Amino acid sequence: MTTTDVATNRRVPDRLDKPLTSALLSWEMLLVLVAVAIFVTNSLASPYFLNAWSLSDLTFNFVEKGLIALAMALLIISGEIDLSVAAIIALASTMMGMALQAGADTPVLVLIGLGVGLACGAFNGALVTRLGLPSIVVTIGTMSLFRGIAYIILGDQAYRGYPSSFAFFGQGYVWWVISLEIVLFAVMAVIFWFLLHRTSFGRTVFVIGNNPVAAAFSGVRVERVKFILFCLTGLMAGVASILLTSRLGSTRPSIAFGYELEVVTMVVLGGVAILGGSGSIIGVVLAALIMGLVTFGLGLLNVPGIVMSIFTGSLLIVVIALPILWRRFREARGG
Amino acid sequence: MKSLTKYREIWLAAAIALLVAAVAIRFPAFATPSRLLTVFNDYTILIILALGQMTVILTRSIDLSMAANLAFTGMVIAMTNAAYPAIPIPMLIIMAMAIGSLLGAFNGILVWKLDIPPIVVTLGTLTVFRGATFVVSGGAWVNADAMSAAFIQLQRGVFLGLPILSWFAIAAIAAFYLFLARTPLGRSIYAAGVNPTASVYAGIDVGRIKFVAFVISGMVSGLCGYLWVSRYVIASTEVANGYELQIVAACVIGGISIAGGIGSVAGAVLGALFLGVIGSALPVINVSPFWQLAISGAAIILAVVLNARGEKRQGRIILRQAEAA
Repeated sequence: MTTTDVATNRRVPDRLDKPLTSALLSWEMLLVLVAVAIFVTNSLASPYFLNAWSLSDLTFNFVEKGLIALAMALLIISGEIDLSVAAIIALASTMMGMALQAGADTPVLVLIGLGVGLACGAFNGALVTRLGLPSIVVTIGTMSLFRGIAYIILGDQAYRGYPSSFAFFGQGYVWWVISLEIVLFAVMAVIFWFLLHRTSFGRTVFVIGNNPVAAAFSGVRVERVKFILFCLTGLMAGVASILLTSRLGSTRPSIAFGYELEVVTMVVLGGVAILGGSGSIIGVVLAALIMGLVTFGLGLLNVPGIVMSIFTGSLLIVVIALPILWRRFREARGG
Repeated sequence: MKSLTKYREIWLAAAIALLVAAVAIRFPAFATPSRLLTVFNDYTILIILALGQMTVILTRSIDLSMAANLAFTGMVIAMTNAAYPAIPIPMLIIMAMAIGSLLGAFNGILVWKLDIPPIVVTLGTLTVFRGATFVVSGGAWVNADAMSAAFIQLQRGVFLGLPILSWFAIAAIAAFYLFLARTPLGRSIYAAGVNPTASVYAGIDVGRIKFVAFVISGMVSGLCGYLWVSRYVIASTEVANGYELQIVAACVIGGISIAGGIGSVAGAVLGALFLGVIGSALPVINVSPFWQLAISGAAIILAVVLNARGEKRQGRIILRQAEAA
């Protein structure tokens, strides 16, 4: 924020690392190693792990959260955050349930899911960009508001009886063990990768995250880009809501409770700086995969979900802390 | 504009009074002193937690692990009481505060020594602490049968017409006021939040100040661990699940700026009481409790919109902390 910070943060090295060295030392490489290590451990620990159907089931563990993480990565890189994504899932799911009661069919349900997600994202975006409010607080508020509306509508009831054509989204397979969910995740990952790393829009996201003031003076429409990112995150939450509702086959107001923290964990684990300005889609995809592998592997060993959270929580802290310690170690030796 | 920000607490107090009055028009019994004291007593734990959270937020940090810390400490204390009923309760309370402080110190060390953003640290420890609660208890509950009578009854005793539980809140309010307003360390907490760079030049170790703030929020969470478990006479892994955001909400409604440096003890208390009045009024006016979540969400958004008018310049930068040299 001040010039002294920049000076202490960005030390200019005498010479850069060679391309191969920097690729090997990159965050993504570390994530690949962690993923491989967990994969091998899982295969050794459980005889049921290395099996096409098991590996297919594994994907259901992270796809819904991973889809949101893709959009959330862009949002966090731009210096904002959205903690209301799980509540958006709940609200979108509730609205789909209401439409179902009114006799709506699958295409309408999908449109409602996407529409509610987009509307919620736009609401967050408008509060943050139009009124200039801090997004962490706004989305803590909308998180209560969106889920609160779901509770008002549903109370302790549940919506059931989704049509079988709707069930295809969360339970269907495209070919053999390849589920529709994982195909959708792969397609979305490519789209978001292209958007962030290969378009001028993606570059402005990084610019805004690094220095919003300089970006504004350079003619970047900061508020508009941020608004679009909030809409995009809401829309992805809507997609996740369709998949999750379809997979579970029912809607309760407590659906997807606590997902927001897992999504943020995924994004941060993927190497996106929580303060904004840097990150990559490949990292986020790898992080989603790692979290899926950990929870599924432990699940096969009958480890309860709550104990798994110790692993994901520790993983988050350790993976962030290790490079910092490593850098200090290198600096201490290099002088 | 200046005067509005200066008297934010008065505005909030007026809003609470208005809310109570509106309910009292239809249901006069709600505004009786004894009924209002019950509301205060019911929300003692939220008040104490909000004071701890405020201390952390003032330093431009956030502690999302408070509810998980509360659950873990509450479980350990309840299990200790069940296994060794002879240990006097004051001893257990000190133990709860010590365990809570230790967990808070763990957060603080990571923020101070490794410069990991507080939101990331506490997001991680939030899940770790709650998982640890399950591990120490084996997923079992500790309920009323296992707890000693003194353990359950202490906070229900009455002193000078108020339940002991309320006195805990009053003591905490007094302690936090004296600490933040009257001690050099308390002033440093504000300074570190208002301007970290200037604080460094003034000889304040901003990292260490954050560490202290996390120890305090941890200690408070530990204390509330005992209070929660003995009040609801149950210790389980699910205790206070999701409560961390309720605590932040109380602070935000109380006018504590998430950008650090702005906030008062009165604000935190009033923010918690505002949520308390809403929560207690809904059943009285015969509205389904399912409305509470949406109403507090709307209240948070409204509070941020109103507060932002007073701190436009700082409110924009979130999460980012100036890294002091």
